[in-house]
Amino acid sequence: MSIIDRAKPESARPSTGKTPAGEAAPAKPAIFRKRFFGTGQRPGFLSYGLLLAFLLSSAYPLWWSVVIGSRSNEALGETWPPLLPGGNFWKNVGEVFDTVPFWLALGNSVLISGIITVSVVGFSTLAGYAFAKLRFRGRNGLMLMVVATMAIPTQLGIIPLFMVMRTLGWTGEIGAVVVPSLVTAFGVFFMRQYLVDVIPDELIESARVDGANMISTFWHVAIPAARPAMAILGLFTFMTAWTDFLWPLLVLDAGNPTLQTALSQLQSARYVDYSVVLAGAVLATLPLLVLFVLAGKQLISGIMQGAVKG
Amino acid sequence: MTTTLNRSATPGAAKPKPTFKQRLSIFDVKASPYFYVAPFFILFALVGLFPLVYTFFVSLFDWHLLKGQGQFVGLENFAEILQDRFFWNSLFNTVSIFVLSAVPQLALALFLAAVLDQNLRAKTFWRMSILLPYIVTPVAVAMIFTNMFGEQYGLINNILGNFGLDPVMWKNETFPSHVAIATMVNWRWTGYNALILLAAMQAVPRDLYESAALDGAGAVRRFFSITLPSIRPTMVFVVITATIGGLQVFTEPRLFDPATAGGSQRQFQTTVLYLWEMAFQRQNFGKASTIAWLLFLIIVLFGFINYLISRRIATADAGRPSRAARRTIAARKRAERTNR
Repeated sequence: MSIIDRAKPESARPSTGKTPAGEAAPAKPAIFRKRFFGTGQRPGFLSYGLLLAFLLSSAYPLWWSVVIGSRSNEALGETWPPLLPGGNFWKNVGEVFDTVPFWLALGNSVLISGIITVSVVGFSTLAGYAFAKLRFRGRNGLMLMVVATMAIPTQLGIIPLFMVMRTLGWTGEIGAVVVPSLVTAFGVFFMRQYLVDVIPDELIESARVDGANMISTFWHVAIPAARPAMAILGLFTFMTAWTDFLWPLLVLDAGNPTLQTALSQLQSARYVDYSVVLAGAVLATLPLLVLFVLAGKQLISGIMQGAVKG
Repeated sequence: MTTTLNRSATPGAAKPKPTFKQRLSIFDVKASPYFYVAPFFILFALVGLFPLVYTFFVSLFDWHLLKGQGQFVGLENFAEILQDRFFWNSLFNTVSIFVLSAVPQLALALFLAAVLDQNLRAKTFWRMSILLPYIVTPVAVAMIFTNMFGEQYGLINNILGNFGLDPVMWKNETFPSHVAIATMVNWRWTGYNALILLAAMQAVPRDLYESAALDGAGAVRRFFSITLPSIRPTMVFVVITATIGGLQVFTEPRLFDPATAGGSQRQFQTTVLYLWEMAFQRQNFGKASTIAWLLFLIIVLFGFINYLISRRIATADAGRPSRAARRTIAARKRAERTNR
């Protein structure tokens, strides 16, 4: 990957004599280098302690919502918060199901995020490949446009988009949520950047010489090479679509919500039962938690490559 | 590349009329790129560009949610919004919440990245652990924290009470409400930013640290004299993406008090929330569009800076080893292995 694993090559590096460090290293032998950078050198307890403290503080709100979500509202009144879950979780979950159409919302969210992900990844790979590897008139100008449009936050067009959806009669339908997110400029940019380096021109040429037409070249050369980037882009697109709130709130109604808008209904009920609200929050977090466990490494490598906010 | 292909595909038979198959192939080569980029541009024009332009059109009219297009008023909406104290209030809140979230968040992210930028055991585990909040959706984050910041029975006020402190009016007072909302943002994004900064830190050549250490620089000095200057472009990048995101905060203040649009006295009404209130509660689409456009102008300003800086990052990306450098490193590794 783009990041050099630091410790190993460092210690392996022979002193070249180019840098002061290199000159001094033989004089101050292995022990000194080990103290600061050696392979065997591990950071002390302080580092792990700090990380653990951060882990606890980021995990605590989640744990706390599990605790309250499995008790009743009275738990909130206790001056010292309880530390262990109670036995009311399924009862609260039952109330979540009674208050909002949870399964419908979950299905909608899966469907919406799924369609958007497939579309964004597909179109971005196509366009990114064309920009990275094909020559055509206007390529540079069009690419500049893509980069420029990355600065436009599409959600500022919500009013006309809302009017369009109303005119088309799509409000309340999940199509109204899907259509505005079918492509992103960032996706095109991301795929182009990736494919420029990854596919050698010779590979495309030889495929062409072998008689492959353009689309089968794309299919057999570009797609296999693009797969890792497609996975990362897909992951981020899915998360962005899954967590979107403002737009679904506007175009969907209470009867046909996404998971996010359904959740928010829990809280705007007249008498807010917080243990139910938090049970709902826990339920809504579970799918992404599963995704995180399965694809956490890709998510991290994506962030570290700069796959920033979709 | 494609031109050379054509030539090699029809070397001898170039002079006579190309066959149908050849013409098809030429058409394929010339037209395919346009077909590949077309879906993006068509869809983007429809759902990205058109709404933006049309927002401006709407902002020139009296426009009601239900009654539709009214009288043409020119720039009157702009003049009114620019004098609207609620608009300025929302802008103030947005910026205030942004500052309260960006500054501590970045400082903490930097610190975390520096801790992670060591030869840790179980690297992946720690990286995943700091990313945990990122997978919690903003709606759930808002619900959890709204609860914790409850004024009567909230977790935080309960704990404060145990220490004999007065409860803080998290929802009714301006500054505490901004702190509460910034906390939600910070909780979700700190780990994410730490990972971006970590990536930049790992690209700093280790020789630099080594020679600084030999010159007697301690860990703190090395951090401020080497690490920070080396990752400056990434820092700026993180700041600006955070700014653009921060200007659009909606979910957290919306759910912090579901009954009002940003607090009983608009203590924590952000600009997007005001836009939403103007459009869908007051049903004034004309003015809402005006707010959208003003916000757009502010964001474009930041976006433009973003673009310039990203370009500079791209050119100054020497921090990331060039292909040649990577090859040398690989060669060194190989040599080391065979030496052993």
